[in-house]
Amino acid sequence: MNLDEAIRLRDPARLPSRRDEDWRWTDLRGLLRTIPEPSRPLAAGTAGLGPFDGLTEETLLVANGSGPEEIRIAGGETRTLALRHISRGDGAHSARLRIEVGPSARLTLLESHEGGGAGLSLLGIDLHLGADAACERLVLADMDPEAVAVVELDANLEAGARLSQTLLTAGARRQRFETRVRHPGQVAEVRLDGLYVLRDRRHADLTSKVSHEGPGGRTDQLARGVADDQARAVFQGRITVQEGADGTDARMTHNALILSDRAEVDARPELEIYADDVACAHGATVGALDDEVLFYMRQRGLPEREARSLLVASFLGEVIDRVGSPAAAERMRGWLQARIGAEG
Amino acid sequence: MLSLQNLHARVGDREILKGLTLEIPAGEVHAIMGPNGAGKSTLSYVLTGRPGYEITAGSAELDGEDLLSLEADERAAKGLFLSFQYPLEIPGVPALTFIRTALNAQRKARGEAEMSAPDFLKRARACAADLKMDFDMLKRPLNVGFSGGEKKRMEILQMALLSPRFMILDETDSGLDIDALRIVSDGVNALRGPDRSLLVITHYQRLLDYIRPDRVHVLADGRIAASGGPELALELEREGYDKYARAA
Repeated sequence: MNLDEAIRLRDPARLPSRRDEDWRWTDLRGLLRTIPEPSRPLAAGTAGLGPFDGLTEETLLVANGSGPEEIRIAGGETRTLALRHISRGDGAHSARLRIEVGPSARLTLLESHEGGGAGLSLLGIDLHLGADAACERLVLADMDPEAVAVVELDANLEAGARLSQTLLTAGARRQRFETRVRHPGQVAEVRLDGLYVLRDRRHADLTSKVSHEGPGGRTDQLARGVADDQARAVFQGRITVQEGADGTDARMTHNALILSDRAEVDARPELEIYADDVACAHGATVGALDDEVLFYMRQRGLPEREARSLLVASFLGEVIDRVGSPAAAERMRGWLQARIGAEG
Repeated sequence: MLSLQNLHARVGDREILKGLTLEIPAGEVHAIMGPNGAGKSTLSYVLTGRPGYEITAGSAELDGEDLLSLEADERAAKGLFLSFQYPLEIPGVPALTFIRTALNAQRKARGEAEMSAPDFLKRARACAADLKMDFDMLKRPLNVGFSGGEKKRMEILQMALLSPRFMILDETDSGLDIDALRIVSDGVNALRGPDRSLLVITHYQRLLDYIRPDRVHVLADGRIAASGGPELALELEREGYDKYARAA
C-alpha cells in the first residue's frame, strides 16, 4: 500500500486497508471504492484567515496539493511559520514538504488543516533538525465531516535537537496523523502530545513511531481525548529502543474518555526495548466520566452540562498546558473551549 | 422549613426508607443518629437528588416547595447543601474555580447577578482564615491529595461560601481530630441563624457537644424510631442503639 501512489495513479487497490496491521482501525480501502478526481487548483485570495492568524507574518499555503516543496531555516535563526494546509472541493490531492532546520535554529511551526470537503488528501512533511536545533510543531485540525485526510511527519533529529509536538484534532470522516521520529539519543528530546475531541461519526487516528537509535535520548508523550456519539478514536504509539540506545528515558500516556455507548476508542501502546538501563513506561486508560463526581458537582449547583464540560475541559487542558508558545496555547485553548462548549 | 412526610425510598429492590416523617423548622438544628445501615446516608442522598434512588411514596418539601421533582443542581440553587461523608476529588479544577463556578451557577438559576472575582476572592480569603486553612490550598485541584480532615474543612468552606439555607452534614466528624473538630464546628455554628436550618447526621454523640442540636431523632430501619431533646443523644451514647434495632 502507498497512499501517495493511490492518489496519483487513482488506484484504490493501493490504499491502506485493514489488512495492513498499522491501518487496521483506519481502513481507507474499505471506505473508498474509487479515488476522487484530482483536485482543481484553489483560486488565489480565497483562503481566508487561518486559526493562527496574527501570530506570525510568515504564512505558507499548501492549497489543494500545491505549495512550496522545501523550506530552510538557516543555522542559529529563530522563526515562527504558519503552515496552512487547505483542501476545498471533493477531489484528491497529495503534497510533500521538506523542512530543514539548521544547527541551533529554532522553529515554531503553526500548522493547520482546514476544509477537506468530501475529498481525499495527503500531506507529508519531512522535517530535519540539525544539531541543537529546536522545533515546536503545533497542529490544529478543524476539517469538514466528510473529509478523508492523512498527515504524515517524518522527523530526523541530530544530536541535542529538540522536537515538541502538540496535535489538536476534531477528526473527520476518516483522518490520520502519523508521526515517525528517528531519535539519535545524545541528549535529543522529543515531546509528542495529542488531543482529540470527536463527535458525531468522526474518526481520528493518532499514530506515532519513535525509534531511539543512540544512548541518552528522551521521549515524553501525552495523548488525551474524548469520543462522543458514534465517534471513533485510534491511538497507536510505538517506541522502539534500539540496541545500544542505553539510558533512554521514554514515557507514553494515553487517556481517553468515552462519552457515549456508541463511541469507540482503540488504543495500542507499544514499547520495544533492545537496550539496557532504560527507563520506559506507558500508561493507558479508557473510561467514562465518574457519576459520583458528577453528582457531587451538581449538588454544589452546577447543571449537568456545565459539570461535564468543566471535567472534560480540565482533563484535556493539561495537554495544552505543555505547549511552549503562550500565544499559540491561548488559540488552542480557545479552540478547545469552543469544541467543548458545543458538547452535549 | 424542611418537611418530610411518610417518605419511602428504594435502591433497586431494597427498600431503605420506610415511611420517614420529619419536620425541621427554620432556625433549628436537628440531629439524626442511628445504627449503621439504618438509612442515614440514603436520607441525605434522597433529599439532594442523587440518581439511583427511587421514591415510591411520600413527599419532601423545602419551604413548601416540592424537592423531589427537582434535579440535584436545582435543589442546590434552592439552598440545599450536603456536606459529603466522603468528599470527591476533582482533578484539574482548582478549588477556587470550582466554588466560584458553582456559586455563579446557583446565582444564575435564582436570577441573581454573578459575583465578581474580586468580591469572591475576598470572601474566600476570609472563610479560609476562619477555618484556619492555608489559602494556597484553594488554588490546588479540589480535594486532590487532601487528607480526610482537609476534605471535611473544604466542605465547610464551600458551605460557607455558597451560604445555603438548609444544610445537611453527613458524618462530618469522621476523620477529624479534636482540634479540627472544634474549628469545623465553629465554622458550622457561625452559619446558624433564624433563617437557616441544619440536619446533622452522625453515628456518635461527640459532634453534638460542639454543634448543639435542638432536637435529636433516632433513625432505625428506615423510620424515625424516637425523638427527643439533646439528652437523647447522651442516652444513646450510654445505651447504644440495641433497643431501637430490636423494636424495628
